[in-house]
Amino acid sequence: MFGLLVLFFFSYRFLTFKILVVVKFESQSFASPLLWANDISCSKSTRISSNSLAALCSIHRAKMDTNLVEMFRAGLNWVTMALDAPSARVVLFGVRIQWHIFVEVLLGFVIVILLSQKSYKPPKRPLTEQEIDELCDEWVPEPLIPPITEDMMHEPPVLESAAGPHTTVNGKDVVNFASANYLGLIGHQKLLESCTSALEKYGVGSCGPRGFYGTIDVHLDCETRISKFLSTPDTILYSYGLSTMFSTIPCFCKKGDIIVADEGVHWGIQNGLQLSRSTIVYFKHNDMDSLRSTLEKIMTKNKRSKNLRRYIVAEAVYQNSGQIAPLDEIVKLKEKYKFRVILDESNSFGVLGRSGRGLAEHHGVPIEKIDVVTAAMGHALATEGGFCTGNARIIDYQRLSSSGYVFSASLPPYLASAAITAIDVIDQNPELLVKMKHNIALLWKGLKDIKGMSLASDPESPIVFLKLEKSSGSTKEDLLLLEKMADRALKEDSLLVVSSKKSFLDKCRLPVGIKLLVSAGHSESDLVKVSESLKRLASELLL
Amino acid sequence: MITIPYLTAVSTYFSYGLLFAFGQLRDYSRRIFDWWSTNNLHGYAPICLAHEDFYIRRLYHRIQDCFGRPISSAPDAWVDVVERRTTKSTRCLNLGSYNYLGFGSYDEYCTPLVIDSLKKFSPSTCSSRVDAGTTSVHAELEECVAKYVGKPAAIVTGMGYATNSAIIPVLIGKGGLIISDSLNHTSIVNGARGSGATIRVFQHNTPAHLERVLKEQIAEGQPRTHRPWKKIIVVVEGIYSMEGEICQLPEIVSICKKYKAYVYLDEAHSIGAIGKTGRGVCELLGVDTADVDIMMGTFTKSFGSCGGYIAGSKDLIQYLKYHCPAHLYATSISTPSAQQIISAIKVILGEDGSNRGAQKLARIRENSNFFRAELQKMGFEVLGDNDSPVMPIMLYNPAKIPAFSRECLRENVAVVVVGFPATPLLLARARICISASHSREDLIKALQVISKAGDLTGIKYFPAAPKKQEEVKDTIKLD
Repeated sequence: MFGLLVLFFFSYRFLTFKILVVVKFESQSFASPLLWANDISCSKSTRISSNSLAALCSIHRAKMDTNLVEMFRAGLNWVTMALDAPSARVVLFGVRIQWHIFVEVLLGFVIVILLSQKSYKPPKRPLTEQEIDELCDEWVPEPLIPPITEDMMHEPPVLESAAGPHTTVNGKDVVNFASANYLGLIGHQKLLESCTSALEKYGVGSCGPRGFYGTIDVHLDCETRISKFLSTPDTILYSYGLSTMFSTIPCFCKKGDIIVADEGVHWGIQNGLQLSRSTIVYFKHNDMDSLRSTLEKIMTKNKRSKNLRRYIVAEAVYQNSGQIAPLDEIVKLKEKYKFRVILDESNSFGVLGRSGRGLAEHHGVPIEKIDVVTAAMGHALATEGGFCTGNARIIDYQRLSSSGYVFSASLPPYLASAAITAIDVIDQNPELLVKMKHNIALLWKGLKDIKGMSLASDPESPIVFLKLEKSSGSTKEDLLLLEKMADRALKEDSLLVVSSKKSFLDKCRLPVGIKLLVSAGHSESDLVKVSESLKRLASELLL
Repeated sequence: MITIPYLTAVSTYFSYGLLFAFGQLRDYSRRIFDWWSTNNLHGYAPICLAHEDFYIRRLYHRIQDCFGRPISSAPDAWVDVVERRTTKSTRCLNLGSYNYLGFGSYDEYCTPLVIDSLKKFSPSTCSSRVDAGTTSVHAELEECVAKYVGKPAAIVTGMGYATNSAIIPVLIGKGGLIISDSLNHTSIVNGARGSGATIRVFQHNTPAHLERVLKEQIAEGQPRTHRPWKKIIVVVEGIYSMEGEICQLPEIVSICKKYKAYVYLDEAHSIGAIGKTGRGVCELLGVDTADVDIMMGTFTKSFGSCGGYIAGSKDLIQYLKYHCPAHLYATSISTPSAQQIISAIKVILGEDGSNRGAQKLARIRENSNFFRAELQKMGFEVLGDNDSPVMPIMLYNPAKIPAFSRECLRENVAVVVVGFPATPLLLARARICISASHSREDLIKALQVISKAGDLTGIKYFPAAPKKQEEVKDTIKLD
């Protein structure tokens, strides 16, 4: 409204000026051809006969035009005089007041009034105190937890001795395929000795984070030992296996970065990916073609940013399915598309490769090609905690920015000394690896023709995964069935096996099944027993 | 709230500005040098952008020797601090470790039991709690903890930090609201972020502001859709580790009851350290444990072990055992550590047949109050409430951080200094943690050293108490 008025004001000014000028010009332009025509006709009187008609016509037309212009000019003069009449001959500040000044002043007033008014906003009506109190009284929260159902009351088996290949449950001797004790180091004499001396010297806990007098010399020794074992420049030690991944990933991946992760990674990695707030793209489980096409798609879309970091996250031996990642192909793809690789070697450290140095040795890839290697020590090393290896820059950066390292107490020193002893044992006893591989092969032979389930893991992985061939449609039903199978195995055959468990926070959608964790400490009779038992239970429960 | 003197604020800003300018200068010259050298990272983005770790490279690395000092003995009252890159170590008074009740080293009752359980169960079970990781010791531990804390049931995980990160997402998700104190620990912040719920913050330890925030949020509802919230959880800590303050629990609990919000209490530092029998802030302030819905704590500080726990109603714990990722996927807590916790609780409650537990609790209370009073008399600015064993001394200026730390180390007293990012930029401090194993002579020596270092660095911001009173106190001390 206001804008229109301003526009009108200025256009009025402009137009009145222009009109007056144009009218004057027009009247003049009408006048000059008339004069010109008259001259010609006068000078060329001899040829009047040939041009007389044309001249007469033009004069007649000129006369008519003149009449029109005269009328218009007369009208305009009359209007001007009428408007000028009130202020005729008034001179104010050296400017002759003409009629248009009044119009302009009026318009100026209107503009000022409009400017001084507030613009229209719908009236805000905040809630009154009474209304707030009413709302607070009416609000009913959900209960803190949903009601407990029957299947939530399941109790796990309680062990009464060390979780070695043979353990005691409820007074009975039980064969244990549920501990990730791949090299049978639980109960090893050397480990127990080093732990005892550490306990007597340092007590149990370290009473502080690494930055505040929680760094004990055994931590530093452990880090150097792991670096020497894997031939990497530096290592950093974490106090809990699960927190290793979800502290490392947010350290390097920030908002805006791109991460390509396998869809079967375990919850620790998923939590790390979520905390990092980067863009996450999943590729099909252990499928290199899917990875290649995903990388292609990403590279064609985002060529622009130089500061965009790109990562591939994978596990060496997947906890949820027992598959082994083909590292040589991943490294080839990584070098082609310029991605960095973060690898979780929890279940392959001390297991794969000729001397147990992990997936890189297994595939013959130099370990410098993997940018970040993390591992939880609660598997082959029979201790607790985790570590991360890589080049010095990466490890140094984590010492100040990794939240699970900086804001948490350090690993108890006796567990760090257990880790050092475990690595020494692995170095000096390569026959443990041979025995474990032999056991895996035997178990595969025994479980080859099991009905209702199929072997879904890699033949060389220490996690032997039997997936359900026919799913009943709902994951919950499958999990209940598997739990029943594991319970019966324990009760009837004294066998501890792992049935898949899923938290509702876990986004992994891989098939569920029974997991058997093979150890170098299992004897042949144990393996035969478990294959027989599983075959019997599968035929009873699954068909 | 900490009020910083005006002149100190100006000088602190100036110091940081100077450090920042020097850092930028060095970065610039580094960039010129790097431009000449070759780089084999063609095509890759740098793993840390220059501005992301500017603080680490240019400010923190200058005073790196004040942090992460390695030790070569148990973290007891006296500790061997190692000089880096040598094998030389000096025996120093330890004022930095979280060893509130003195369980951090060899204990005559606990350690033999721990060694026995180690021989029986070996250091780890290599399995998660639901598979084959639950031993009889774990079952006993959970019962013991539940009884000690005063709740029907408890669940134990292997790390305190992971307890928060793994439990909060199970309890609340999208559509819920978490109201947390502004100075809460990083583990709570990470757990809250990972859950997907909306997070709001209330002013540190101010129940009035909490009430305002609660009313506003309940009336408004979820952002944009204005649907009512599914549930609201208020997260507070027992003792705030950087301030030494005890939370105002009775007021907060009454407000939460009025507005039907759930209370989550993180007692990482207060369990075992305060209260008549060491049962934490609920006992100290007289709050019924049935009013607090979820009680969380860690065993690292007062029990000399590792791990964390959550205590609540039986249904809550059963639900968590079924869904919590730390219970389903992570390796269970190491069995000897679990045994240490059980033995420590037995000592505290006097069930081992001696009164060492009661002695320890009395001693830590005496020590904390004595130390705090003396420091305040000397003119230091000390934060925290009475009875709290955590005592931050304000330093403010960044140059005083290394000066104070190195001066104390020269006199064989090991202190902890904290700066940005654990504290706000201007409010750097030195944090003292008192232990029950400190004797009176240790504390007097520490006071002398700290006073000398304080004079040298000029951190006695308050006027000292008049001399006459000090002489009288001296005679009492000698008794």
